[in-house]
Amino acid sequence: MNALARIISEGSGAAPSPMLSIAGLNVAYRGGAGWTPVVRGVDLALAPGRSLVLLGESGSGKSVTLRAIIGLLREEGARVDGEVRVGGRDVNAMAPDELLKLRGNEVGFIFQEPMTALDPVFRIGDQIAETIVQHRGTSWRQAMATARELFDLVQIPSAERRLKAYPNELSGGLRQRAMIAMAMSCDPRLLLADEPTTALDATVQIQVLLLLREIQKERGTAMVFVTHDLGVAAEIADEVAVMYAGRIVEQGDAAQVLLNPSHPYTHALTGCVVQGSYRDHRLGELAGAPPDLAQLPPGCSFAPRCARRQEDCRLTDPARRPVAPRHDVACLHAADLPAGTAGGR
Amino acid sequence: MSVTFSAMQAPLPPIEDRGGPSQPLLIARGLRKEFRLADGLFGGRTVVHAVDDLSLTVNKGETVGIVGESGCGKSTAARLIAGITPADDGEVVFDGESFWTPRTRIDAERRRAIQMVFQDSASSLNPRMTLTETLAFGPRAHGVPTAVARTYARDLLAAVGLPPSRFAERYPIQLSGGQRQRVNIARALAIRPRLLILDEPVSALDKSVEAQVLNLLVALREELSLSYVFISHDLNVVRYIADRVVVMYLGQVVEEATSAQIFAAPRHPYTRALFASKPSLDPRRRIEAPPLTGDPPDPVNPPSGCRFRTRCPIAEAVCAAAKPPLAAAAPEGEGHKVACWAAQPGSGHSLAPRPMGALQ
Repeated sequence: MNALARIISEGSGAAPSPMLSIAGLNVAYRGGAGWTPVVRGVDLALAPGRSLVLLGESGSGKSVTLRAIIGLLREEGARVDGEVRVGGRDVNAMAPDELLKLRGNEVGFIFQEPMTALDPVFRIGDQIAETIVQHRGTSWRQAMATARELFDLVQIPSAERRLKAYPNELSGGLRQRAMIAMAMSCDPRLLLADEPTTALDATVQIQVLLLLREIQKERGTAMVFVTHDLGVAAEIADEVAVMYAGRIVEQGDAAQVLLNPSHPYTHALTGCVVQGSYRDHRLGELAGAPPDLAQLPPGCSFAPRCARRQEDCRLTDPARRPVAPRHDVACLHAADLPAGTAGGR
Repeated sequence: MSVTFSAMQAPLPPIEDRGGPSQPLLIARGLRKEFRLADGLFGGRTVVHAVDDLSLTVNKGETVGIVGESGCGKSTAARLIAGITPADDGEVVFDGESFWTPRTRIDAERRRAIQMVFQDSASSLNPRMTLTETLAFGPRAHGVPTAVARTYARDLLAAVGLPPSRFAERYPIQLSGGQRQRVNIARALAIRPRLLILDEPVSALDKSVEAQVLNLLVALREELSLSYVFISHDLNVVRYIADRVVVMYLGQVVEEATSAQIFAAPRHPYTRALFASKPSLDPRRRIEAPPLTGDPPDPVNPPSGCRFRTRCPIAEAVCAAAKPPLAAAAPEGEGHKVACWAAQPGSGHSLAPRPMGALQ
């Protein structure tokens, strides 16, 4: 499976060793009757400075995959198999104190809801400075100066005053910027973002997306970004991996996957994008619901909802295979899809 | 869908049309609501002007979309219209008759005419009632016998795409978000309203489910001759479902036009920025500069004059001096209104069109 990872990182023309590589990741949680698989054989590779969007609906396993990267799952009682390497080091083999060094230092994390991630009883500047002192061992004064610079990096106006503010005193947009500042405090080489703009207004969302793009460009940070919104993916992604029922069903260059989707699920998702007016057309619908992960159907998990299902889909679980350079699909009949039918018209 | 509403035996009579087709279904005039926050340390009062002089007309069979960012007052506006939150000032006329004024209450029979669907599908359902009980509750409150109401509840479930054989005895926690929102829609329709106010009904749903619910709403509007007030921060959703669009900023209406007009040619700088913030869906054509910087100002201390001026790229001295009225936008004429000095002839703004009949 690492062959795939190699192809992707080489194809992007970046350094030979990927910033992040995941091979054969399986995650299961204990459910009512045994273990329920929530991530089933995920393989990924990401070169330094690149951004990868994990796209999928609730329950597709995208956030779990993200949390696996910083080794959070074992602490939650999940069963984790497979290999997760950050900068070449295996996260699953790390001791607890090594994990603490990894988190916040080499890998920064941005959550969807900054209010639950920031501590409400400490000033924001102090929280950022504490992270820096903890990881870098600098003096408090130096750490505060760095925090001040970080606020400039994330374009928070009146930085001095905002460093002294408590989280509840800031607007949603400023809080999310403060979180990004904290995630960037130790200059991580990898940034993980879990739906960081979903709770923001449209005009603020685009500001935060542009900010992340700018930070990436300036600092060469690699980023894995989780979202269910195709528009957000189009704004931020170099590469897109589409997840369904714990598996990556399609992966490739953002433009390729979003504009010329090959997997029937991705195709259906682009068809669900709301556009135009009700007077002209009804919206594309994806019939049915995602499968119960505790009782997955045999063969392809998407087959029960798939408009292009054939006999063999119920029998064979499709492996990922390339349909174009740097574009893989896990579908037995992907090549049969008519080209250029994206956009749901 | 096995059961349709028109084939269903509804236990409540329809609300008769009184005003005829040209009478707007709903006219809201001068709605105003202030919320008093906790008093300040030195006795100073903190007042949020949540909705400031909002007027709105909904024609029969029409969907009016209200767009704006969080805190702009769109949800408060919805609650004022429905009479859930008492307004400080203003009035609502429903099909030619007074629905409420600040001094009158809405009687139970008339309240039936306007129903609401809320964003949070879970917290708006009673967790201890089965779906049948939930859907039978409204009709029973309006005097329908329990047995009749329960049979009707099962038909309602079928009509919103939830087979009663599987769903009738379930509790809300046993449903997905999309299924719960279908129940909320069925509950609102159970007492046969004429106007549905939908407050961000699809915002919490996955994209594939969002499309299902929007299609359902379009079909129901046709079938039941409903009118909608549809509130959303998602422009694509509003563009899809609305015939007319109202844009709010900090408690005030800044632009109003038909869906076609406003999406083709937005006039207010805020509307333009809002539209330009919409992700492109094409990775090859990304947004390169943020259309607006900063966050909306604090509604406790809104800027003087035009409330958008602090973030507006074309603000001038006149914008700080006085609030621009919501008036017809010159070239489009009828139906397209905008509250911007740059669109008002003779306002003194350098971009304003010259007054009609001006000689020089």
